[in-house]
Amino acid sequence: MSDKHLSTQFDAELSSISTRVLEMGGLVEQQVAAAVDALATFSEAQATQVIRNEERVNQLEIEIDRDLSNIIARRQPTARDLRLLIGVSKTIGNLERVGDEAARIARTTHRLIASGTHGRHFPTTAMVVEANMANASLRRSLDAFARLDVNLAMQVIRSDNEIDAEFDGLLRKLVTYMMEDPRTISASIDLVFVAKALERVGDHAKNLAEQVIYIVKGTDVRHTPPDGLESAVS
Amino acid sequence: MPSIITLPQNPPPMKAEAKNLSFFYGDFKALKGVNMPVYENKVTALIGPSGCGKSTLLRCFNRMHDLYPGHRYDGAINLMPDGVDILHKDVDPIEVRMRISMVFQKPNPFPKSIFENVAYGLKVRGEKNRSVLDDKVEAALKGAALWNEAKDRLNELAVNLSGGQQQRLCIARALATEPEIILFDEPTSALDPIATGSIEELIGEIKHKVSVLIVTHNMQQAARVSDYTAYMYLGEMMEYGETNDIFMKPKRKETEDYITGRFG
Repeated sequence: MSDKHLSTQFDAELSSISTRVLEMGGLVEQQVAAAVDALATFSEAQATQVIRNEERVNQLEIEIDRDLSNIIARRQPTARDLRLLIGVSKTIGNLERVGDEAARIARTTHRLIASGTHGRHFPTTAMVVEANMANASLRRSLDAFARLDVNLAMQVIRSDNEIDAEFDGLLRKLVTYMMEDPRTISASIDLVFVAKALERVGDHAKNLAEQVIYIVKGTDVRHTPPDGLESAVS
Repeated sequence: MPSIITLPQNPPPMKAEAKNLSFFYGDFKALKGVNMPVYENKVTALIGPSGCGKSTLLRCFNRMHDLYPGHRYDGAINLMPDGVDILHKDVDPIEVRMRISMVFQKPNPFPKSIFENVAYGLKVRGEKNRSVLDDKVEAALKGAALWNEAKDRLNELAVNLSGGQQQRLCIARALATEPEIILFDEPTSALDPIATGSIEELIGEIKHKVSVLIVTHNMQQAARVSDYTAYMYLGEMMEYGETNDIFMKPKRKETEDYITGRFG
C-alpha cells in the first residue's frame, strides 16, 4: 500500500513542514556552533551575528506553528499524521529554546569582552568539547527526525548522560579556577552558565529524539529511564 | 488476514457479540468470519471503504437480510443478557427488531402524523391505552430532543418537518419501543452540518439508555461519537479497538492507511 495520501496537496503540506523543521534545526545548530566559537575566540562580531540570527529562529517557530494550525484545521489529521504534527509542535519549541541558549552564550561573550576578561586561562577548549557533543546530539536527533529512525533516536537519548558528565567535569574545572584566583570568579560564573546552557542543548536534543519515537511508534518515552527504553519502544 | 481485536482492559458489560459471523448474498461471501463485541451503553462505530461489509454487518443485527433471495448466515450474534442467537432460524425476526431497532441513511417517516409515527411500534405491539401512548410518545420525543419543536404540532404530517427533525423523529420512533440496541446506518449523510451536529449530540445522549452501533462514511464522525471503532475491509474485521487508539495509534498499517487517507 502506498505511503502517499489520496490528496497530494496534503502530502506536500506535510513534507513542507518537515523540511522547515529541518531548516530551523540546521539554523539553531549553526547558532550554537557560532556562539561557542565566538566565545572561544572572543569575537564580538560573531557574537553579535548570533544575536541577530536569533530573530530568524523565532520567526521560523512562529511560521511553522501557523502552518501546523492550518493543517490541523483543514485536514483533521489522524494517527501518524497527527502524531507527526504534535511531534513537530514540540520539536520546534525545543529548537527555539536551543536558539535561546545560543543567544545567551553570545550575550555572555559580549559581557566578558566588555568586562575586559580577555581569553586568559579559561577552559574554553573544554567548553568547545561540550558544545561539539551537544551539537552532535542535536544533529543526530534531527537526522533521526528526517529519516524517522527510531534506533538513532534511542542512541541520542542514551548518550545524553555523556554530555551531563562533561558538564560536571567542566564545573569542577571552573571551581578550581575560582579557588586559585578569586579575580576569575565573576567570569567563571558566567562560564558556568554557558556550560549549563550547553548541557541544556543536549537535553533539548534528547527531547527531540523522544518526539521522533513518539511520531514513529506512538509511544511516549518521556521520563522513561534509559534501561527501560528498549522495552518501552518494542 | 487475522483480525486484530483489542478488547478494553476493563470491559463494560457485553450487550451483543458477533461470533465467527459470515454472510452470503447467494454465492457472494460478504462477511468472512467476523468477531466483534458490542458493549452496553457504548457507541461502536463501523468504518471502512464502500463494499467492505460494514452495512451488511449492521443489517445482520436486525435480520434485514432475511428477504434477500439466497441469503445465508453462518456463525452467530448472541444478544445478552439471555445470550439468544438472533440469527437462528427459529428466532422470530420481529422479536429481534423489537429489541434492536434501526435508523436509516435517509429519514423515512411514515406518511402519518408525528404522533402516529412515534406511537406506531407501540400500537403494533398491542398498546391501546391512550394515556400510556401519550406518555411514551412524549418520552421518546424528549429522548430524541424533538419534544420542544414538535409538542404543538403532534397531529401534523411528519413529512412537514425539516430533514434533521425527520431524522430525530425516526430516532424517537426507534426509542419508543425501548429497544436494547439502536443501529444507525449513516444517519447524517443526508443532513447539513448543523442537523448532523444535533444527531451526533443525540447519539451521545441516548447511549445512556441503549447500546449504539453506527455505520458511517465520515471518519471524523466515528472519531467524535464512538467509544469503540471497528475497521472492516473486504468483508473482514481488520481491526477493532478503543476509538482513541484506533485514531491515534492503530495497530495495523491498513487501518492507519485508511484513516489517514492513504488508502487507494
